[in-house]
Amino acid sequence: MQSVKSLKILILLSWLAIILAHYFALIAAPTERTMGDIQRIFYFHVPSAWVSFLAFFIVCVASIQYLRRGEPSWDTLARTAAELGILFITLVLLTGPLWAKPVWNTFWTWDARLTTSFILWLTYIAYLMLRGYTLDPERGARFAAVFGIIGFVNVPLVYMSIRWWRTLHPAPVIGEGGGGGLAPGMIFPFIFALFAFTLLFITLLILRYRANTLERCIKEIKSR
Amino acid sequence: MRALRQIVFILSKDLLIELRSKEIVTSMLVFALMVVIVFNFIFDPGSREIKAVAPGILWVALIFAGNLGLSRSFAREMDQGKMQGLLLCPFDRSLIYIAKMLGNVLFMLLVALFISPVIFVLFGLSPGASVFPLAFVLLLGAVGLSAVGTLFATISAHTRAREVMLPILLFPVSVPVILAAAKSTVHLLDRGGAAETAAWIRILVAFDLIFVVLCYLLYEHVLEE
Repeated sequence: MQSVKSLKILILLSWLAIILAHYFALIAAPTERTMGDIQRIFYFHVPSAWVSFLAFFIVCVASIQYLRRGEPSWDTLARTAAELGILFITLVLLTGPLWAKPVWNTFWTWDARLTTSFILWLTYIAYLMLRGYTLDPERGARFAAVFGIIGFVNVPLVYMSIRWWRTLHPAPVIGEGGGGGLAPGMIFPFIFALFAFTLLFITLLILRYRANTLERCIKEIKSR
Repeated sequence: MRALRQIVFILSKDLLIELRSKEIVTSMLVFALMVVIVFNFIFDPGSREIKAVAPGILWVALIFAGNLGLSRSFAREMDQGKMQGLLLCPFDRSLIYIAKMLGNVLFMLLVALFISPVIFVLFGLSPGASVFPLAFVLLLGAVGLSAVGTLFATISAHTRAREVMLPILLFPVSVPVILAAAKSTVHLLDRGGAAETAAWIRILVAFDLIFVVLCYLLYEHVLEE
């Protein structure tokens, strides 16, 4: 009962955080000088990208743990993180073109980051399909774990191999090269958006993990 | 030494079956030629950009044909429980991976060595002095594709919808290898800077190493019964 109560608090907190993040991003943050209001999509685009990478990292770690220990709970965690990762990388792929059309005058370019995100999306769609197409669940979990590890190791390789072409995507504005970067008024909304999205991700991960665990238990009981 | 003998044992079994049935290499070759013919309609053979595009056509044809060969090589093991027979042999299971991979490399390389002169003739290109480096790039590309391909073919052979699953798993993961291989081929044909060509070949070697080691380590988890 205790866990249900704290879960409710967590849901409430992430709901509040997301609403506040919208306020900071859409109203409180200063308007960018050259791009105008369209730049505000950045407060949703970058946090979604960060959360999806976090999710795929969890898939990889949980897959390694599953292959080492063989406990089904690790497999459920990997599957849950993959589902959420796809959700957030889809948001990245949707918000990116919305921003790119007015700024770059094109919805899409085949630049390193864009192409890598697209391939990432395809990789984890394949990951979920692989699970769906394997009849024996235990075997499906093993296959998915193997693919989850290779798929994650593949990401930096894809990125590096595409990067040789000149890249059009704006360089990360924070953390690289120190100065310049974000205007002072934008830093707080951005950090807050990162926090809110991460909190939302953790909440969704826990909720979905519980649902997936229940589903697994029901399947086990049914197959007896 | 014993490991080497066991690898040769599995490999020669696969080669012997292939020598008698000839179904894998033949179907790969015909399919690769089809792909080349389709591309001829898309890109004008006389045009100037064909030099930049032809290596891409070569590698697209090879990955499609390779995909076909990989799925055949395991579909053959799956009927009549031959895979169980192979697993019952007192071999280290990772050796099955090495042997299977080498077999696939060989088939792919055969197709590559046949299809590339055809592409050069059909699209009016000449490799000039870089024939041997080109063959080396073909070998490296075949190794990279077979490294992941052999693992994924084993996985997809155990799923429903085998033929559909393999390309879906294989294509996203083979992007780095295909890119590096195609880029090396472009530079070799263009006689671009030697430094740049060498850099791309080194990248290709690095990708090959990463994938071979990773898939070798993970293979035993795929085979458990």
